[in-house]
Amino acid sequence: MSVKEERLVAVGRVEDIPLNEGKAVTVAGRAIALFHTDDGFRAIAALCPHRGGPLADGLVGGGVVICPLHGWRIDLSCGDVVAGGEGSVPVYPVVERDGWLYLEVGP
Amino acid sequence: MTDVVIVGGGIAGQAVAERLREYRHTGTITILAGEERAPYDRVQLSKLLEGADPEDLRLRPESWYDDHDVTLRLGVVVDAIDRSTASLLTRCGERIPYGRLVVATGSEPLVPPIVGSDKGNVFVFRTPEDCVGILAAARGAKRVCVLGGGLLGLEAARGIVAHGIPTTVVHLMDRLMERQLDGQSARMLTERMAGLDVEVLLGRSTQEVIGNGVVTGLRFADGETLECDVLVISAGIRPNVELARAAGLDCNRGVLVDDALVTSDPAVLAVGECAEHRGVVHGLVAPIFDQAKVAAATIAGTVTEPYAGSVPSATLKVMGIDLVSAGNAMADGGVALVDPERGVYRRLVVTDGRATGAILMGDTTGAEALLSLVARSAEVADPLEALAEAARSDVTALSDDTQICSCNGVSKGEITCAIRERGLKAPSEVYAVTRAGTGCGSCKSLVAKLVEAETGASAAEPAYLCPCRMLTREQVVDTIRSGGLRSASDVGDACGAGRDCAACKPAVAYLVSLVNANRHDEERQARFINDRVHANIQRDGTFSVVPRIYGGVTSPDELRRIADVADRYDVGMVKITGGQRIDLLGVRKDQLPDIWRDLGMPSGHAYAKAVRTVKTCVGTDFCRFGIGDAIGLGIELEKAWEGIHTPHKVKSAVSGCPRNCAESLVKDIGIVAVEGGWEILIGGAAGATVRRGDLLARVDNGQEVLSVASTFLQYYRENADYLERTYAFVDRVGIDVVRTAVLDEESGEPQALRERFALAKAAVGDPWKDAAAAPDGAFTDLGEDPEPALVGPPADGVMVGRGA
Repeated sequence: MSVKEERLVAVGRVEDIPLNEGKAVTVAGRAIALFHTDDGFRAIAALCPHRGGPLADGLVGGGVVICPLHGWRIDLSCGDVVAGGEGSVPVYPVVERDGWLYLEVGP
Repeated sequence: MTDVVIVGGGIAGQAVAERLREYRHTGTITILAGEERAPYDRVQLSKLLEGADPEDLRLRPESWYDDHDVTLRLGVVVDAIDRSTASLLTRCGERIPYGRLVVATGSEPLVPPIVGSDKGNVFVFRTPEDCVGILAAARGAKRVCVLGGGLLGLEAARGIVAHGIPTTVVHLMDRLMERQLDGQSARMLTERMAGLDVEVLLGRSTQEVIGNGVVTGLRFADGETLECDVLVISAGIRPNVELARAAGLDCNRGVLVDDALVTSDPAVLAVGECAEHRGVVHGLVAPIFDQAKVAAATIAGTVTEPYAGSVPSATLKVMGIDLVSAGNAMADGGVALVDPERGVYRRLVVTDGRATGAILMGDTTGAEALLSLVARSAEVADPLEALAEAARSDVTALSDDTQICSCNGVSKGEITCAIRERGLKAPSEVYAVTRAGTGCGSCKSLVAKLVEAETGASAAEPAYLCPCRMLTREQVVDTIRSGGLRSASDVGDACGAGRDCAACKPAVAYLVSLVNANRHDEERQARFINDRVHANIQRDGTFSVVPRIYGGVTSPDELRRIADVADRYDVGMVKITGGQRIDLLGVRKDQLPDIWRDLGMPSGHAYAKAVRTVKTCVGTDFCRFGIGDAIGLGIELEKAWEGIHTPHKVKSAVSGCPRNCAESLVKDIGIVAVEGGWEILIGGAAGATVRRGDLLARVDNGQEVLSVASTFLQYYRENADYLERTYAFVDRVGIDVVRTAVLDEESGEPQALRERFALAKAAVGDPWKDAAAAPDGAFTDLGEDPEPALVGPPADGVMVGRGA
């Protein structure tokens, strides 16, 4: 995924999100959940496509977040629902630079 | 190659589409559904009244239609069939051509011509929307009447009464389900319904719905009246034939079809509740599957047996009542085995030496075998022996065409074929591939037996703690012990549990704390959100706060503080819980630490898999019947157990006399004062499962209660699977095994359990007080305006903000 520099928005420091946890943030009017995985940082839409559960509060592991409300599982790399139901959520590129985390949010 | 259009997105239309693809039909398939809802399992409709999600009733996920190249169009109402041009006209003016047309328009509820049936709060029972309307109207109702004592009416009544709303079934005939049951089984069913608190009025002809705009009651032919606020009409169905009739297709009650399911126009077929074959219109699901197979074969050109009609069979889906009826069950002849004590009625109807009907109530063992006899009109020389043989029948001995899953029309042959050809190893895989077991679920044990028989392996999958790595609880405990592991991450490093998916992390975190007697390294990331923030997540992402109120005894000062907090933080709702506590609901995550500080009370652990509450009655303090100090003992137990985490929540109660006002008989640990001492009961439940607790011991005084009950608690902590409630645990291991482990002092084990319990208790803190030491940001989203501003502004120029 190529990054458009002009669309990068700083959202916090690397240490703000402990490993295997998530945090919610609103950027450009979009609710986004940012995760710290074993493979780096990942960002997807903040709400579960099932019943709007807060994904940032979910358990994280194996590249997947588990929604805390009804256990739907969402792949953090592609945004697809992989268990529980059907659907997908938008994915946003994350850039880590000098200890800062930036999100790229499209128009 | 023919392009097929199916009008109707119900079970029938879906079944035809599925069979067409199975028979390798290569043309396009389009389903036009009038409802704005993908095909769902209407047979399970009453589940919605019991609180299920309409999504759960969906027959196939969205991806199925893509995967099978079936076009599903929702909300498309067909106004006319233009046979001269082989096309359909939709309400929106679209013209849709067809090569072959399948009319699967189903039926609509029959509303008898009763004066006033157009009043408010009168419903039919046909769609998910009807269920929503019924439930909304029934809330707070003094009485709901269900008109019609057939299969659907009884299921609706059960769904409504489950909400605690008084419910009466009014039936025109002198017995329930008169088309499926004989007199005796119908009488027994009436008793069973009464046992579920559903009142049944038989032989009542309803003349009028009374009420000024909104229903307030019913008037019967004999002049009597019955008050009710809501009326649900379930008096049968009427085939939807208008579309077909207007197109000039031959219709009687239904659309007339021949043995190939073809109508009077060779290009048009009809299937399901709208079709009439040899004078019969079926209203049950099993025949629909039979018809769909033949219709699909007709279109695909597959050679198959012509449709010779179906033997109707019905399964009542009312929790607590097992009932299957098949064929002509009302005829004389044959034999019946009756055990009124157990509510069991098993009858095989035999006419002219052949099986023609069956009724099984209370014990449906061997239903598949009997249904198969009836479906084949098999010769039966000795009906009694046939009944007995069915009771002993082994699923592997059944013929391949025996229907195993009547909800989805799946035969034994289809299941065994799927297991063999696709190498399925577990029942769950069979459910996914064949859809057997995904309806009412009653055939799951048969599916498991078939898997066992076909694979030669046990279908009972071990209870894996981590299914990804196939690790059991015992294996994980061994890993923690032998490696001296102190955190969930250590366990992940050592054996992979929690690495492939995070689902088992909370179980791993619990075991790490158990083995280390709470002297482990706590990791937020391994905990469910409730245990990260020490509050219970709600459906809207807010949290609920329940402060500790020992034994349910509070004070004016505590109540004032709770009230002040509720005001200060604008708490959405203040509610008394079932466990005699006070719940503050609708709290934002970032408010939690401030609320705890202002409350100045310990955590009630209402969010955790832990000892929750010890509910008490007023015991000897005030009650004139009390014989034991329930409050004193309850508070003592709650303090002794506070902060102890368990495999699942533990609810407890102490009652001061056998009247059991604190409901001790249905608690995980229930204590009851009896003359000269106390009884300790374990494994009780009164939630989704209701179970009376087993008597663990009778002891002389409160100190012994504390000792014995705490010993059991530790035994449960060490031996139950994660998320296994005490009722399941005690049931699984057996009360005798538990008694020996907890009471046999000579073995030394009870003393060892008590010591390990004391060790764990000594390291317990209060999470609300300790939260002051939580890392910064533990309760907040990412902050606003972090240091380096934007690298470049997003298009609409809005900056970083804070989540709600």
